[in-house]
Amino acid sequence: MRSIRWLAIVPFLALLVGPFFVNRATPLILGLPFLLAWIVAWILITSLIMAVIYAADPANREDEP
Amino acid sequence: MNGALPFIAAAALLALVLGFLARRGKDMTLEQWTVGGRGFGAIFVFLLLAGEIYTTFTFLGGSGYAYGKGAPAYYILAYGTLAYVLSYFMLPPIWRYAKENRLYSQSDFFVHKYDSPALGVLVAIVDIVALIPYLVLQFKGLGIIVDVAGYGAISPTLAIWIGAIIVAAYVMVSGVHGSAWTSVAKDSLILGIVIFLGIYLPYHYYGGLGSMFTAIEQAKPGFTTLPPHGESLWWFSSTVLLTALGFYMWPHTFGSIYTARSATVIRKNAIVLPLYQLILLFVFFVGFAATLQVPGLTGSNIDLALFKLSVKTFDPWFVGVIGATGVLTALVPGSMILMTAATLIANNLYRAVNPSANDEQISRLAKILVPLVALVAVFFTLKGGETIVALLLMGYSFVTQLFPALVLSLARRNVATREGAAAGIIAGVATVAAVSLTGVNFRTLSWLPIQIQDLNIGIVALAVNVVVLIVVSLTMRLVAAPTHAPAE
Repeated sequence: MRSIRWLAIVPFLALLVGPFFVNRATPLILGLPFLLAWIVAWILITSLIMAVIYAADPANREDEP
Repeated sequence: MNGALPFIAAAALLALVLGFLARRGKDMTLEQWTVGGRGFGAIFVFLLLAGEIYTTFTFLGGSGYAYGKGAPAYYILAYGTLAYVLSYFMLPPIWRYAKENRLYSQSDFFVHKYDSPALGVLVAIVDIVALIPYLVLQFKGLGIIVDVAGYGAISPTLAIWIGAIIVAAYVMVSGVHGSAWTSVAKDSLILGIVIFLGIYLPYHYYGGLGSMFTAIEQAKPGFTTLPPHGESLWWFSSTVLLTALGFYMWPHTFGSIYTARSATVIRKNAIVLPLYQLILLFVFFVGFAATLQVPGLTGSNIDLALFKLSVKTFDPWFVGVIGATGVLTALVPGSMILMTAATLIANNLYRAVNPSANDEQISRLAKILVPLVALVAVFFTLKGGETIVALLLMGYSFVTQLFPALVLSLARRNVATREGAAAGIIAGVATVAAVSLTGVNFRTLSWLPIQIQDLNIGIVALAVNVVVLIVVSLTMRLVAAPTHAPAE
């Protein structure tokens, strides 16, 4: 299950490399310029990814809750 | 006297009362005072870490950046998110090591890992030099907020003095407990106020978010995307990466890791903090709303955008509530910084000179130093110029130089020696200083490709740092081989 940790690389790709492909104002997503919407979406996904990594991480079961 | 002042005064009083009450039932040893007895649960650690994110920099600087520059402001959202991802892996080993060795400060960490009090002194000096502008920044912001939200009834100078006295008083009495308690008030207020402003202002002036951004794009084409040159995509990526690496290198942020009760507390925070970052989005909305409504602010005055628009839109009493929130965004991080700086001086500079000092003496000295550090910061605040963002970026570049030596020390076999770590940090900091003082950036080197010209110049300092670190470490190992024991 440790390999699931590699998911943590995805937010870096999305936020450091991703903008090169989505640097545009339109279409607006929920009223946000496209680039801003992309960043916001990835913040949400990042939180989800960290939750998955947390759930799969045996270290969190060794410690006290 | 006007409608706004009672609210601002109430915020200052609230901070003072909470700050004093936080002490109750605690015997204020150095361990309680500076790292909360290492007993904070997920919520307090969250508030401390979040408290350091929502400072006057985000409140004024974040909205001001969106107002003045548009899309480049997005970088603030992105770097925090990546820093939290790193934190999941990087912070638990730091926390464990700090607990096992009863460390108080970031500098202690280097002292122990590299078995070198001298390296600790170097780190403490870098820390203090970076912390003072950060504290100045909070005081400066406080002055601006009270001046504008109080409709000029209280001068910035008076506000800064009052703020500094309040913070110094409750830090002396309660230490990090005071910061944690005042964070509760600050974060509830800022959550409510910023979300309200971020939703209300776009609707009030433009009829919605979509129509606001459409109107802005019409008036200023390209304002909501990154420009082709200057603060371009290359600038964005390099800046996000650099600031994400430097994020937890701030000594007061580093120190708040020590307060955690367990490593799990820290990992949990890595899930929640990215979401909490989204409050910044509402700060940006305020800044964007202001672009077309209160145009004409330039230079360091862009930091006033949020309050100028608020004064234009709301009754004085409500401007007072916003001002009260703003005051707390200055006081809470200010208290963390003040405590950290005082701890560093007492624990890592004084103790290095006088190793026989016991914890009780160090604790007493740290508390005495609090008002002195506050005084120094007030002095620089009243004397200095520069905009909020510029000041912070310099401090940021300094602390980022600690990253390579820190990360390498977490590995099972550390390739860096103490000499390498010290040489790398010195070379990196010297590069930052040289660049800042001479105003060189890649753009002045016009023979470079356009993409490289836009890179954050901090990348160079970090690269110099790493190269020097490796070369010196390898040299020292060769010279000392084969008996040289690796620094843990």
